[in-house]
Amino acid sequence: MNTMETYTTPDGRTIGGPVMEMKNITLRFGGVVAIKDISFDIREGEIRAIIGPNGAGKSSMLNVMNGFYHPQEGEVFFHGKKRGPLRPYQIAEQGVARTFQNIALFKGMSTLDNIMCGRLTHSKTRFLSHLLWKGKAEAEESANREKVEKIIDFLEIQTIRKTPVGRLPYGLQKRVELGRALAAEPSLLLLDEPMAGMNVEEKEDMSRFILDVNDEFGTTIALIEHDMGVVMDIADRVVVMDYGKKIGDGTPAEVLANQDVIDAYLGVAHD
Amino acid sequence: MAKMEVLDVSLDSFPKLLARNATKFGNRPAYREKEYGIWQTWTWAEVRAEVEALALGFLGLGMEKGDHVAIAGRNRPHFYWSMLAAQYVGAVPVPVYQDAVAEEMAYVLDHCSAKFAIVEDQEQVDKILEIEEQVPGLKHVIYVDRRGLRKYDHTTLHAFATIQETGRAKHDEYQPELDSRVAAAAPDDTCVMLYTSGTTGRPKGVVMSNYNMLMTAKNSCEFDNLNETDTVLAYLPMAWVGDFIFSVAQAMWTGFCVACPESPETMQHDLREIGPTYFFAPPRFFEGLLTSVMIRMEDAGDFKRKMFHKYMDHAKKVGPELLDGKLVSGSDRLQYLIGKALVYGPLLNTLGMSKVRVGYTAGEAIGPEIFEFYRSLGINLKQLYGQTEACVYITQQPDGEVRADTVGVPSPGVEVQIADSGEVFYRSPGVFQEYYKNPESTADTKDAEGWVATGDAGFFDTDTGHLRIIDRAKDVGKMAGGAMFAPKFVENKLKFYPDILECVVFGNGRDNCTAFINIDLTAVGNWAERNNIAYASYQELAGHPKVLDSIQSHVEAVNKSVAMDEMLSGCQIHRFLILHKELDADDGELTRTRKVRRVVIEDKFKVLIDGLYDGSDNVFIETEVTYEDGRKGSISATLELRDAAVVPVNVRMAAE
Repeated sequence: MNTMETYTTPDGRTIGGPVMEMKNITLRFGGVVAIKDISFDIREGEIRAIIGPNGAGKSSMLNVMNGFYHPQEGEVFFHGKKRGPLRPYQIAEQGVARTFQNIALFKGMSTLDNIMCGRLTHSKTRFLSHLLWKGKAEAEESANREKVEKIIDFLEIQTIRKTPVGRLPYGLQKRVELGRALAAEPSLLLLDEPMAGMNVEEKEDMSRFILDVNDEFGTTIALIEHDMGVVMDIADRVVVMDYGKKIGDGTPAEVLANQDVIDAYLGVAHD
Repeated sequence: MAKMEVLDVSLDSFPKLLARNATKFGNRPAYREKEYGIWQTWTWAEVRAEVEALALGFLGLGMEKGDHVAIAGRNRPHFYWSMLAAQYVGAVPVPVYQDAVAEEMAYVLDHCSAKFAIVEDQEQVDKILEIEEQVPGLKHVIYVDRRGLRKYDHTTLHAFATIQETGRAKHDEYQPELDSRVAAAAPDDTCVMLYTSGTTGRPKGVVMSNYNMLMTAKNSCEFDNLNETDTVLAYLPMAWVGDFIFSVAQAMWTGFCVACPESPETMQHDLREIGPTYFFAPPRFFEGLLTSVMIRMEDAGDFKRKMFHKYMDHAKKVGPELLDGKLVSGSDRLQYLIGKALVYGPLLNTLGMSKVRVGYTAGEAIGPEIFEFYRSLGINLKQLYGQTEACVYITQQPDGEVRADTVGVPSPGVEVQIADSGEVFYRSPGVFQEYYKNPESTADTKDAEGWVATGDAGFFDTDTGHLRIIDRAKDVGKMAGGAMFAPKFVENKLKFYPDILECVVFGNGRDNCTAFINIDLTAVGNWAERNNIAYASYQELAGHPKVLDSIQSHVEAVNKSVAMDEMLSGCQIHRFLILHKELDADDGELTRTRKVRRVVIEDKFKVLIDGLYDGSDNVFIETEVTYEDGRKGSISATLELRDAAVVPVNVRMAAE
């Protein structure tokens, strides 16, 4: 499957060529090997999941993908170009946005302001013109606000537009964080455990939003998730990690049939 | 039939009214909707263009005269336009409750053989697709919000915008046909069909003619001097007759502006931004609002709280009189003015009611304290009594004759009679044509002379000439001892307590009365927080002994007040319990307009009723509940049953 240029999902979407390619990535923290010689790719328009038990190296992988960690060995290709060590803001400017496992919002700021922050990479006007509120600054702010309002509408969070996010329940904070990532209009969206700690209803909502984001904006999404049920329902292809190694890669059905995966992660199958 | 007043031929259908508004009020706002954080506005001229494009698109889909078009969505201009566009082509709009579960919706769509459905979003489309097989007549489904629907099969599914585009593109081809359809509309043609939720049995489709709706709009607008400068907030279910009257019929008749909230949850906020001049809300809305004001005042600082209470006391004393234009002393007036600057004005502003010129409440009795609270603030809140079958209006209170315990005098054009049985009958230009495909029910309700049975028992107050409603006629019964039993009378008294949301009183044919009570989670939850009472769920809070104690004190207070009434002193509550779940429309316990369905409740909670009458202290019950997505689950609980003190009736008689 990895060698194919494009493929079609069972629900009829056409998935394009690779957006990001990870080639033989190895990441070490001192003597600890977090990721060992892993290769896989993420294709345009797909929902790619990375799963694995605790400590499998999933979050480290995500941090490599968004350039926060630099692997000791291996290469990352983004849109076909090899990516060297970059500062986080440079990665963001390249069109990679992410959410965090333990929510990293500005607690005292409103939902609206938090999502507006996501527009930062699309702001071209400088500090001084904002201060003077002259020329392009005003027009740009209006355009950004319009984008943000569309996201608020999309995620159905109109009610909490002006509410400080610290006061919101967990599930809604997760949604606001997704909104902030979307505001950057990323070409690759990384979601770190988007359903962690949610109840069934919140998980269903979040799954729907992830599918809708992919459908509506055509955003390529890579997500890490614990909840097998969710992953199997929404992902097009799944990478399975265990102890820093890749033990499976393929469609949810292929992964579920993989004996290594069953043994290492899902446990022995019952009748 | 009584002699009918005739409508001006240029104003005898909604398309004609829209044409008039587009010319006369072309640049005035017709519809507003908050979308993307700002109020989007359409003028009457723009609305006409939108509606006509849609109507042309409908012709393209093959919509015929008399076809039924189901409409399911929250209050949005698109749905109001859809209703108007359907009327352009001579089709009949049938608004349905968008929160109805699939099975209920299937029944309505099948019953009216809907050929078209216009819905809001993916959720509604999924619901329609789920019931497609039960509604064989359904040809096309149109949706407004395209999110998540891209991958769906679009052979019979269409986007609202696409239909309008097709309509615009085919303008030259279809316009002559559309013009002839509009010209063919007659006053007797069906204007809209509304399904009444009904407290018993299946919903019935109430057929309304253009004449019914327009005549009612004309009379009611004249009664309250509504005009094109007024604004109304459309937030009540579109399937309810009141929304059709307020947001379509009256708006079209006078040309006033209809504002649609951003989402149901932001209604309160949007209300404040819009500041409507004409406002309708059911009593529960005013109760809820008052509860939240009081809770917030409890949290306020000492100074503010004292100031609030001092001036509210004064407002209670003179506010209603000032509103009625009665004579009030100069110093009282001055103090009221100070109060207005310090308390009433800011409060009204927060509530979004600064500009309310005409406010109505109806549907249930409103607590006198609640009613007086709003009146004392200077809001011209009035009561009306109405029904779907009457296009809402039967009686209403004229300015200056407002009382908490009556529902007013017959509305213009309405005749009201009280039958010997005590049941209220009326006849008016608004009286419905028939129940769709249900001649028996039509004959049961409406006689040959056009008199309609309301099903409510009431009488005219001899002093004021205002109508007073006692209860549903069929709910009024006799107790074993022969005393009159009117459950609503007692329930309303109980519901006036902010911590009681809903209650159901039993006792027909029994020796004494008992009650089920639902607590109000907002009020009781706040109280629990204040008193350091921890609870994990509604059920746990409802079973808390302290909650039971406080409810018991309310029940006993109500008993005292009931005992004062000569006719109904037998209705005192001897035993009660607090239900472990909130009564819910999804479980069939309430109607979609939140009226109690006694028969369903009696049947479902039979164990509990038996427990109340056999003297047991605890009863175990397991109840099936329906979640919003239609799945079922069950909850179980052991409920504590309590005795309440009653006032011996003969003692009171002896004292007299």
